[in-house]
Amino acid sequence: MGLPTPDTAHLRRPEYATVYEPAEDTYLLLDALESDRESLQALRPAVCVEIGSGSGCVSAFLGQVLGPHCALIISTDINPAANAATKETAARSAAHAVPLEQCRTRFVQGLDARLAGSVDVLVFNPPYVVTPTAEIDSTPEASAWAGGEHGREVLDQLLPQIPALLSPAGRFYLVVIEENKPEEIAQILAAHGLQGARVLSRRAGREHLSIYRFSRGCAE
Amino acid sequence: MRLITHNMLKCHVKNCTDPDKQFPLRFKDAKLEQIEAERNDEFLVRMLPRIEWAALATTANELGIELPKEVPANPADDDAFLQGLHTAIMEMHVKEGSMLCKGCGHEYKIAKGIPNMLLAEHEI
Repeated sequence: MGLPTPDTAHLRRPEYATVYEPAEDTYLLLDALESDRESLQALRPAVCVEIGSGSGCVSAFLGQVLGPHCALIISTDINPAANAATKETAARSAAHAVPLEQCRTRFVQGLDARLAGSVDVLVFNPPYVVTPTAEIDSTPEASAWAGGEHGREVLDQLLPQIPALLSPAGRFYLVVIEENKPEEIAQILAAHGLQGARVLSRRAGREHLSIYRFSRGCAE
Repeated sequence: MRLITHNMLKCHVKNCTDPDKQFPLRFKDAKLEQIEAERNDEFLVRMLPRIEWAALATTANELGIELPKEVPANPADDDAFLQGLHTAIMEMHVKEGSMLCKGCGHEYKIAKGIPNMLLAEHEI
């Protein structure tokens, strides 16, 4: 497998102390994107969005997967340190030739009206850790991982919106752990016309991580 | 922030509902920088249907960037048009400034090239 992992060494700087560093969940997502490289390129995406980009590792990697000058990638995060980290990761990355844009917002607020039906590739590594509800967004760091009950409270706010965002051939990549009840997530999206399947999974310590890919119609 | 991203932003304040005024947001004190980028005509043409052209053209003109009022009949064969489009949406970056909603007047700030679309709880 050939693509380099984006350089995020700058995350050690104090201004990025609140930004989630790439970890096993991040790397599993990179692997899923890389193994879909051919079909992602064949999709010829114009608009890609990563929600909660954190370090920017995944957005920059997606840029490398797609190749230079051929898609717009918009990365959102509510933490301004994450927006800045993503921008720096993009600038350091071999993917700098891809227009990687940042926006500070929650999910896709402020973008969703215009992006409706227009997102070809949507990526979300949500705050999936099971925590007390009060922990959600309690600190900038917690926003990156605290997911409340079943680790689903943040994701569940976004799920109903996803089908409307995707373009007709659009895809949605999602990171989950078993505690998130991924089959239930698939049922929720199926009720909105999206089919999905687990494309990769890996055990990392106590976490049983999976990547799900959703799209309209058959999921290959 | 490139103008292509600005073209995707719409005011989302709760009581701001006039679609003719929520979009496009109007730049205020925009500090522009042009950064050269390689032109990919195939991408530009593929991107065209995703762009609200009138909003882009108006916004670009307000910033002193020339774009025609309408997309030509055969954009893929129009070198001058593609160069103008490439410059406007790929090379021009808004580094600082803000964007105002023409409806409710909400000001979205741009700092170090990153727009802030977050609203306070009572505005959502």
